[in-house]
Amino acid sequence: MAGIAVSTTINGDEVEYLCNADETLLDVLRDRLELTGTKEGCGTGDCGACSVMVDGRLVCSCLVLGAEAQDKSIETIEGMADGADLHPLQQKFIEHAALQCGVCTPGFLIAARDLLERNPDPTEEEIRFGLAGNLCRCTGYDKIVRAVQDAAQEMKGK
Amino acid sequence: MQYERPETLKDAVGLLAGSKGKAYVLAGGSDLLVRMRGEYIEPDLVVDIKSVKGLDKVTRTAKGFSVGASVPCAALGENKALKKAWPGVVEAANLIGSKQIQGRCTISGNLCNASPAADSVPALVAANAKAVIAGPKGKRRLAVEKVVTAPGKTALGKGELIESIELAKPASRSGDAYLRFIPRTEMDIAVASAGVNLTLDAKGVVKSARVALGAVAPTVVLVKDAAKVIIGTKLEDAALEKMATACAKACNPIDDKRGTIDFRKKVSGVLAQRAAKIAYARAGGKL
Repeated sequence: MAGIAVSTTINGDEVEYLCNADETLLDVLRDRLELTGTKEGCGTGDCGACSVMVDGRLVCSCLVLGAEAQDKSIETIEGMADGADLHPLQQKFIEHAALQCGVCTPGFLIAARDLLERNPDPTEEEIRFGLAGNLCRCTGYDKIVRAVQDAAQEMKGK
Repeated sequence: MQYERPETLKDAVGLLAGSKGKAYVLAGGSDLLVRMRGEYIEPDLVVDIKSVKGLDKVTRTAKGFSVGASVPCAALGENKALKKAWPGVVEAANLIGSKQIQGRCTISGNLCNASPAADSVPALVAANAKAVIAGPKGKRRLAVEKVVTAPGKTALGKGELIESIELAKPASRSGDAYLRFIPRTEMDIAVASAGVNLTLDAKGVVKSARVALGAVAPTVVLVKDAAKVIIGTKLEDAALEKMATACAKACNPIDDKRGTIDFRKKVSGVLAQRAAKIAYARAGGKL
């Protein structure tokens, strides 16, 4: 099978790849482009570990076909830090120890950034509802919520 | 599997109609890809309709709104005019899944997936929404409650797809609402749900009503008897009691660990009463 030729933009870079018709964007990112920061948890859109942005919308990359990325702009966790400078959310996740095994973390960071861009001053309830599509089996969520609250404060100050 | 991304409705219909194997429409993919990955279905052809021009927009028409088949539910929540006109429909659409799912899922897809528990469908039925269906023989309009014929089955024929959902301009002094019961607070599938749409007269008396229930029968049900008993009332307790009884009567639910038959019958009436009160207030009525 020759595969489908796709031209897309990932973290600002133009990227071209070949993929099978039934291959997900998640598999393309991880297995073809070696962007393994995006994780697979459930593979059915329930856990949010594979969260990426597609044309400014938060989505589960396990429920997007690689072929659908044609002419889109994709943002993954690899594009979150500015060189060696971590994004405030990344920094706060470290400071608050908002992760243990780390599989859910890239998805949480992508989803939390989208949340704060839409709502720079969320209440705790808004954070918990806003991140309900991201599951974490280690932390019990409290540390994640606190890290997001702290990052929101810092980002507002800038 | 073949993947196609047509740019016109005609090409999309042609691909679906000409397919010799199993052909599926891909809009948001939040149901289709789950079924593909779980190997419940093995498509020979997937037709991605997101590049079909016009289907990605909510359009305001002289008659109301037209919601294109590939508009994600998140975009409905961002559309102030639609939210103001049909708050119940938008709330129902925004209850589907997580933020991630909201970025992809569509109301047309929610309808075509034909789940008895689809959140947007009772609200659409209450709102008297119409599905605009494109197919090899041209266009046809079908009331939303006629689209789903059984769990997982629709009235769409070979080569047909929903191109948009039409919502009329709401009558003055009208309001709609949707409520569901789930065992947790977020990210779950309705155990019972109710959509209500009311229009009042100048004195606050219900002039017309539509009541639809979800997850309590093989398909979403439009409960005409529940509407009948609140028309001519100001939703007094006696009228609401009659409505709950009519709702319970219209239920034909499954019995499972998420909700027994008796529970679903009871809760559907309670949800319909509460949704009716919200719709009544939105229509400008004072309880």
